[in-house]
Amino acid sequence: MSATSARPSHAAQPSGSAFILKKALISAAVALVLFSLMIGVRTEAGPQGGLIYWTRFGDLAALVGTVFGGSIIIELLRQWWGPVDKDRIVPKPVQSAMSFAGRWLAPALLVFAFLVPVIFYNQRYILDLSILVLTYVMLGWGLNVVVGLAGLLDLGYVAFYAVGAYSYALLATNFGLSFWVCLPLAGILAAFWGVLLGFPVLRLRGDYLAIVTLAFGEIIRLVIINWQSLTGGPNGVSGIPRPTMFGIPLTPGDDGLAAKLGIEFSPTHRIVFLFYLILAMALLTNWVTIRLRRLPIGRAWEALREDEVACRALGINVTTTKLTAFATGAMFGGFAGAFFATRQGFISPESFTFQESALVLAIVVLGGMGSQLGVALAALTMIGGFELFRGFDQYRMLVFGIAMVLLMIWRPRGLIGHRAPTVFLERNQAISSDLVKEGHG
Amino acid sequence: MSAAQATTPLLAVRGVRAAYGKIEALKGVDIEINAGEIVALIGANGAGKSTLMMTIFGRPRARAGTIEYDGQDITGVPTHEIARLRIAQSPEGRRIFPRMSVAENLQMGADATECSEAEREAGLERVFALFPRLKERVAQRGGTLSGGEQQMLAIGRALMSRPRLLMLDEPSLGLAPLIARQIFDAIRTLNRQDGLTVLIVEQNANHALKLAHRGYVMVNGLITLTGTGSELLQRPEIRAAYLEGGRHG
Ligand SMILES: Nc1ncnc2c1ncn2[C@@H]1O[C@H](COP(=O)(O)OP(=O)(O)OP(=O)(O)O)[C@@H](O)[C@H]1O
Ligand SMILES: [Mg+2]
Repeated sequence: MSATSARPSHAAQPSGSAFILKKALISAAVALVLFSLMIGVRTEAGPQGGLIYWTRFGDLAALVGTVFGGSIIIELLRQWWGPVDKDRIVPKPVQSAMSFAGRWLAPALLVFAFLVPVIFYNQRYILDLSILVLTYVMLGWGLNVVVGLAGLLDLGYVAFYAVGAYSYALLATNFGLSFWVCLPLAGILAAFWGVLLGFPVLRLRGDYLAIVTLAFGEIIRLVIINWQSLTGGPNGVSGIPRPTMFGIPLTPGDDGLAAKLGIEFSPTHRIVFLFYLILAMALLTNWVTIRLRRLPIGRAWEALREDEVACRALGINVTTTKLTAFATGAMFGGFAGAFFATRQGFISPESFTFQESALVLAIVVLGGMGSQLGVALAALTMIGGFELFRGFDQYRMLVFGIAMVLLMIWRPRGLIGHRAPTVFLERNQAISSDLVKEGHG
Repeated sequence: MSAAQATTPLLAVRGVRAAYGKIEALKGVDIEINAGEIVALIGANGAGKSTLMMTIFGRPRARAGTIEYDGQDITGVPTHEIARLRIAQSPEGRRIFPRMSVAENLQMGADATECSEAEREAGLERVFALFPRLKERVAQRGGTLSGGEQQMLAIGRALMSRPRLLMLDEPSLGLAPLIARQIFDAIRTLNRQDGLTVLIVEQNANHALKLAHRGYVMVNGLITLTGTGSELLQRPEIRAAYLEGGRHG
């Protein structure tokens, strides 16, 4: 209604400091009113039964001051780091530094990822953690096809992870098939289940789709628990073969890789091998996704996310588009599952609870629904952050929750909220679609 | 009506009925569109105009009657295959893809039919010649375009599939008169220069009937009147219902 409403609008954004100060003052005033009774005045039943009270104006002042300062900081951060389509008051050098970082972040991360086993060769813990992070990066990228690109909210993604893991575990322990034979099979089986899930939910959208996929995830888990004769039920499957380097086992024996290369055996070799294996699988996922986005099918996924009616009007086969999205996402989940099984050597239904689905979904959403780099960063922060706070166990979830809320305030569209266009008409027009300037040309 | 057309029409809708559940929206509609014609379909809100357009596209399906396109019965053909027959539609409310760039939106139109790189380029050229504003904004996100630009994009996107028959549902919806005129001019250009056949659904009866060679008036799922554009414009009942604002109290 009036200029006093504290909602920042980009057109009428007042010049930085006055606006921030006003907003902080309002917050402080609200805090003063709220806390003056809650904190400023303390009442208690006195020794004679009457009510006695005393004041704590010092505490009150400190609190209001904190709210004031905090509000300024939050508003500053918000404007510096604000949603992409908002005007920013970032100084020029910071802006160019950020765009520089933006351009080099992905290659730098990639190089760093390749060097992790070299840098941290002697730190088993870090290697294990990196493998875990990469597994979630891969899962995030897989789910990103379904949720981020095709816009189909899937809460049961862990089902495909489980299908992949059990496919490898059962095929390897029962038929002695090697990891490299089972890997594609696990992917195909998971994709098959993806299509199977896809059919009944073709007509569903949004909330309804979410509920059905959630149920699907639970059904798969319950089937695994109860089909004792095949899956071992709650006891899981153990003795799953470790992966071999194309047939050469990574064991201390004479036919092991170390002996063949003439170097001393070390259990770290296997960890390093697993690291590069999952790195390669994750990068493959990424590469395939990037390629698919530039093909009609990938564009159709994104169009489907945007507007299903328009897709129909353009003659897109909505059925096959949805099914291929489910199948592709599921296939990557299946690959990751097979990797998980061979890394752990033991799997049980406990590893495939709803919490896993939620975690992977959180990674995709935090990453920015569709951004490959965003998903990788989100997986790194979430899984890494979880580990970082392992020391303060009881506060871990609290810190985690606060961090998520703050992130969603500052970057409501996720870490990397803008999507890179996939069609360019001419080289010089290949600028980011965010950089829209009026009246040029 | 009987203007001596011995040739078979490009599109012939005969006795088509369609319903949403129990609500019958089309109650036996007959329409013919000859190649090279602009045909306007006008009618009150809820008359079934959009439904007819979508039924031609196979969704909702016709429960009775036949739809023939270029001599071929397409009544039962799946929606996604109808687009391959080079019928394109720009649905009601524009429905461009908001997060995709203008270039990507146009590409989505081209994806509907297998076309060579050269054909795609030619299609783009044609769209940009028609709507130069789109060319200035190829990298802009569709959702940030103005309403008029979005309508241009919606039509451009439909044109990218190189249609023989273009169906437009309320292209002037919510547009300022000047922009609406630009859109109508573009449609006329397409028809005259490229011989494109157009079916246009409009609330703006005056504009639509002036643009069109022939028109149909739909009331409650039935065609009640038909004739050339100027004939219909003269009819008192049309003037009362659609032109002189007779009904909006
Ligand atoms: N998806 C649907 N489900 C149920 N009924 C529908 C649906 N779409 C349209 N209808 C009904 O069908 C009838 C015809 O609708 P239609 O959209 O074809 O009208 P229209 O002539 O295009 O109107 P307008 O000029 O307002 O766009 C209306 O009574 C409408 O309520
Ligand atoms: Mg309509």
